[in-house]
Amino acid sequence: MAELKVDVKGETCPVPLVEMRKAVRNASPGEIIEVTGTHPASKKEIPMAVEALGLELLDITEDEGVWKIRIRK
Amino acid sequence: MMADEIKKPDKATIIVHSGDMDKIYSALIISNGALSMGMEASLYFTFWGLQRLQKGGLEKGSLSKMNMMGIGKSMINSRMKKANVASLEHLFKDFKELGGKVIACEMTMEIMGVNKEDLDQDLIDEYGAVGTYIHEARDSKITLFI
Repeated sequence: MAELKVDVKGETCPVPLVEMRKAVRNASPGEIIEVTGTHPASKKEIPMAVEALGLELLDITEDEGVWKIRIRK
Repeated sequence: MMADEIKKPDKATIIVHSGDMDKIYSALIISNGALSMGMEASLYFTFWGLQRLQKGGLEKGSLSKMNMMGIGKSMINSRMKKANVASLEHLFKDFKELGGKVIACEMTMEIMGVNKEDLDQDLIDEYGAVGTYIHEARDSKITLFI
């Protein structure tokens, strides 16, 4: 299944969270959403939102200040 | 299953009393955060806050402190631009896209002599008074007065 990619590098509060939410709304059940960003607080907060929304957190990786969070709807 | 066993999403209801630019930011950032985390959100615009719903009025608020005839506001604006903070227009668009609800206070309209035609109809979902706020707030997990 295709992965939905959300690039929020350089974006700050609350845009990463909002863009993640928009992507989740547009995704089909089972679809994977990959969010890439640099805002430090969002790396902690997107997983909180994932839990609140009852989604599956697949993995979180970070390389030189750029994090990637993968979510399954 | 009983009808009331169906779990309604948690809700955030915010009274936007201030029309100050920084406080409009707070209201929109908090409500967008709530919507992003799976809550419903309502913004109840009253008093000075209602002026921000006038056509072209969204970005017109002054800074709540150190506005200095607009000098402080432009300083903050340029720092926000540098930090890549989204504009109020952008935040409001996201708020509506995620299903946020905007209520305009009818009594304020009467006091301030504001007509519906003066307000940006694209932003407003309904008009109401205190009963509408209480109706929204009584089953809200978060309610704030900004």
